[in-house]
Amino acid sequence: MKMFTFAASAAILAWGSAAQAQQTLSMWYHGAGNEVESKIINQIIADFNASQADWKVELQSFPQAAYNDSVVAGALAGNLPDILDVDGPVMPNWAWAGYMQPLQIDEAKIEAFLPGPKGYWDGKLYSIGLWDAAVALVTRQAYLDELGLRTPTLEQPWTKDEFMAALDAAKASGKFEYAFDPGMAWTGEWYPYAFSPFLQSFGGDIVDRTTYKTAEGALNGEAAMAFGEWWQGLFKNGYAAATQDPADRDGGFAAGKYAFSWNGNWAALNTLKAFPDTVFLPAPDFGNGPKIGAASWQFGISASSKHPEGASAFIEFALQDKYLADFSNGIGLIPATKTAAAMTENYKDGGPMAVFFGLTEGQALVRPVTPGYVVQAKVFEKALADIANGADVAATLDAAVDEINADIEKNGGYGH
Amino acid sequence: MSMIAADNRGLRLVTRYAVLILIAIIFIFPLVFMLMSSLKPDQQLLQDSGNLRAFLPVGDISLQNYTDAFQRAPVATFVFNSVLVTGVTVALSLLLCSAAGFAFVFVRWKGRDTLLALLLATLILPFETIAIPLLMMVAHLPWVGFDGVSWGWLNSYRVQIIPFIADGLTVFLFVQYFKDLPGELIEAARVEGASWWQIYRKIVMPLSGPIFATAAILKFLVMYNQYLWPLMVTQEEGYRPVMVGLQYFFQLNVAWGEVMAYLSMITVPVLAFYLYLQKAFIASIASTGVKG
Repeated sequence: MKMFTFAASAAILAWGSAAQAQQTLSMWYHGAGNEVESKIINQIIADFNASQADWKVELQSFPQAAYNDSVVAGALAGNLPDILDVDGPVMPNWAWAGYMQPLQIDEAKIEAFLPGPKGYWDGKLYSIGLWDAAVALVTRQAYLDELGLRTPTLEQPWTKDEFMAALDAAKASGKFEYAFDPGMAWTGEWYPYAFSPFLQSFGGDIVDRTTYKTAEGALNGEAAMAFGEWWQGLFKNGYAAATQDPADRDGGFAAGKYAFSWNGNWAALNTLKAFPDTVFLPAPDFGNGPKIGAASWQFGISASSKHPEGASAFIEFALQDKYLADFSNGIGLIPATKTAAAMTENYKDGGPMAVFFGLTEGQALVRPVTPGYVVQAKVFEKALADIANGADVAATLDAAVDEINADIEKNGGYGH
Repeated sequence: MSMIAADNRGLRLVTRYAVLILIAIIFIFPLVFMLMSSLKPDQQLLQDSGNLRAFLPVGDISLQNYTDAFQRAPVATFVFNSVLVTGVTVALSLLLCSAAGFAFVFVRWKGRDTLLALLLATLILPFETIAIPLLMMVAHLPWVGFDGVSWGWLNSYRVQIIPFIADGLTVFLFVQYFKDLPGELIEAARVEGASWWQIYRKIVMPLSGPIFATAAILKFLVMYNQYLWPLMVTQEEGYRPVMVGLQYFFQLNVAWGEVMAYLSMITVPVLAFYLYLQKAFIASIASTGVKG
């Protein structure tokens, strides 16, 4: 009996001390309301918590539309979690503002990752993503055949002239409401993510990346002016509508209203369902190489975390190919590695969306890596909307440059 | 002659009803659209949105969007949180602000007018201007609970209630209303030896039903529609109210049917509360000219 009592006490004590030793790590994630995404992130956390005895991750999910504001409020209140996720282009701002600290993970483990998911700021790795997203020129093989158009490839994308000839042919056919759907109904980050690559392909940019201290010349130089005129021409000449009903953005291509749609891999499966002959074409080359945006949501560690080693251990754990593949299979995103892509239904060789992996690998350019990007993105969005609606191109771009430069100056150059 | 007068009266009546019906349609149709859309699958909802079918229960009608909304978000928790926070705030606000209004109107004390002027000056301050200082303050305030003293009010009901109990507008409404009450009643009660509390409880409150209803409705709407503040102070899902919950439905591809189902569900408490207090609210508008 004594022996039993002793054994039972020892077991209880051992269990108690083990439980005490497990340090809780708080984590914020933007996936509330997305059942599939929530299930996957919860599975990763459950696996991590069960895999070791030192750390226990506890999750709080936020709806994506309210996430950034919640993090900023949390930072002001001194209430950030250990682990958070951050949209790639926003990361430099949060790192610069002192919300985040560099990751403590073995960088050899992310060598094979696509460049977009790696979040570097000031030479240090602050965030890492399990996936990337890519945009393609979506159309149907039937349309290409009917209009007598060459199918562009990564090696030989359409030139500006070829692209405009394709739009002309679609417009002249009279079959479509508009030849091109750039996605004007999606405001916010869509504008810099989807449209600044056009500008970069023309040879301009939102800000001068050599110094990040001015937008002069980049956003209002010769290349940017050419881009602005081209952009305005899309709407002025009736290739696209400057304002768009959100319903048309969601279902317009499937309803046959547009010949070409500029859309992301997240919408690809629905499009394939509507038209099995859907093709995802590379971005046109406007003279400076074809470009598309890169970087999506990534994991990072808050500056106030007292357990960065535990937070890093979790993030490193989450980088396994099987989880990259789970996210891809669940919500259609592009896995960050080729080996993970091979494990997915959509991105493996021969998969219906395999082309996107090549697009992001071959064309992706991250948005300007600067804390000022959060302001620059909004200025760029407003400028493009104004130009689309008929504003003077030169005056609008000059005003945008002034606004961006004033913000950079006000913030002491953002640490560049 | 009397025939012509009767005809004119009839014509006026028809015109009046026609205008009223038109106004009613303008106000009711968005609600009808919301309700009807909540019963349709997304594709049909979008197809119907450009024509009269949007206001009719036609096509593929079901409660599927409601089921899906419950799966996507803890709707019952959000509604419970909003009703709790709103209900407690409204009750405490009516008590405190009416008492303050009573003190400003009937009790003579030094600095009364200056304090009232200061209080009214707060009306011109938008909440957004004080949100960040308030956040930094409540994040470090102490609280005495069953577990002893804790620091920081974030992720709690109290942080959503206490800062909103007293406000300049509600006090102002009570002050304006109390000023119109017959002063002789109060003086007579004082002569009879009634205490201030007795006067407030037994004379002023029974005469002030309409303004209590008006203040309750206005406060209810403000509290029920809170978004910015709860977003800043509730990181835990269990404390989030309905307006923050609405964001759960705005994913990359918005499920509009679910959005409409969610909106229909969260509109029910507002309509019920308004209908409950409708008569007193209208009486208040008629007697004081106060508009919501």
